[in-house]
Amino acid sequence: MKGKVIDVTLDTLVGEVTNMKNDGQRLVTFSTYQEGENKIGILYHFDKDLEPTHLRLVADMDKPIPSVSGVFFSAMLVENEIRDQWDVKFDGLVLDFNRSLFLDPEVIQVPLVSNVKIDPKK
Amino acid sequence: MATTIIPFGPQHPVLPEPIHLTLKLEDEIVIEAIPALGYVHRGLEKLADIRDYHQMIYVVERVCGICSMIHAVCYSQGIEELMEIEIPKRAEMLRVIWSELHRMHSHLLWLGLFADAFGFEALFMQFWKIRERIMDINEATTGSRVIVSVNVIGGVRADLSPDQIRWILSEIDGVEKDVSALQDTIMNDYSVKHRTVGIGVLTKEQAYELGAAGPMLRGSGVAQDMRMLGYGGYSEIDFEPIVETAGDCWARSTVRFREVLQSIDLVRQAISKLPEGDLAVKVKGNPPEGEIYTRVEQPRGECVYYIRANGTKHLDRLRIRTPTFANIPPMLTVLPGCELADVPVIVLSIDPCISCTER
Repeated sequence: MKGKVIDVTLDTLVGEVTNMKNDGQRLVTFSTYQEGENKIGILYHFDKDLEPTHLRLVADMDKPIPSVSGVFFSAMLVENEIRDQWDVKFDGLVLDFNRSLFLDPEVIQVPLVSNVKIDPKK
Repeated sequence: MATTIIPFGPQHPVLPEPIHLTLKLEDEIVIEAIPALGYVHRGLEKLADIRDYHQMIYVVERVCGICSMIHAVCYSQGIEELMEIEIPKRAEMLRVIWSELHRMHSHLLWLGLFADAFGFEALFMQFWKIRERIMDINEATTGSRVIVSVNVIGGVRADLSPDQIRWILSEIDGVEKDVSALQDTIMNDYSVKHRTVGIGVLTKEQAYELGAAGPMLRGSGVAQDMRMLGYGGYSEIDFEPIVETAGDCWARSTVRFREVLQSIDLVRQAISKLPEGDLAVKVKGNPPEGEIYTRVEQPRGECVYYIRANGTKHLDRLRIRTPTFANIPPMLTVLPGCELADVPVIVLSIDPCISCTER
């Protein structure tokens, strides 16, 4: 993959994202993928002078991930999208649509995780 | 002061596609805007589970009709890089030609809608009349006006004959003349400037930090355009991004207007450098394996594809980040402080493509 990839953990994520911001990096977006049975991989894509850099986080799907929307406001939308598509929660999300950014309240299927359903919202 | 809640959209005269904004107002001034999406979410990324990597070209073309060609280019070049396929130079240059035609008709569509947003219907009709000539070129060269579907993994499936090339050059001469005739109106007309100058200002620092893309970013003075990466045929073409510095609706509109004229130049350059040769190479070997992050410049800005492949014909993951998705946080940032009457113009100034955004 083009660009440098830096591995981060739940503990170092926000600090690394803050470092990227201080370095003048622009947050482009995140990409997600399933890693193993119950883990999600998130790539945080940054750009400076057209040179990409990526932070890679691999985390359990059933544990909250620290939100970086306090560092980059634009992360708010993509974190809500991940919440919709993977049913992963984010701690400290500045605007939380509570799994209704794209999905209707009655949707119980988790779109990008096979055979996982959740309770419909009341 | 008492606050009022005004629901804006999802159906609104300026919105070609549905998005809802909850506007909190004090008197006539917006103090907060909260978006609601999800009206046209189709789950297209999930189709990678059941469509093979060749078929996915037809899926990504349908993420957005207006940018269909450029979605297909982004996806194809990602797969081609994963499979180490070098496509013919003629195919690269043909992709540039159809991509720039798409940019022209997208911007002309938007310029018309923008004029309509502030009530200038004659200007709206003029831009759309010009746009028809580009749609005619698409139809004559690919068989379709909007979703041209010429990309395949390994190249393109359509060619341009010498007669078609002469006709395209003559048509874009006409487009250039007609568009140039509207320059003074869209940039300098009193009523146009009154509705756009100083409205919805996004500073250079805000645009960068909020991750704005395309004319939204360049209209705020950031000289960034993914065509500068030189992907495909752009590596052989002279290109400088169009930049305006005011950061307001006027600047975003002017960037798009100037990009129409620039795209005409890029089509001419691509045609002048169009080599003889094959249209596509045969795809051999195993299906793609690995992960790739690839970017192109769509009419609305930077489009990002992340592809993760596992060596089977179905991709593990296809993630698409469209430019409107990137431009929603900047829009939410510039709306507070504006007058209610300016909301439609500001919303339209990001060139919102909601079906792109929601996929």
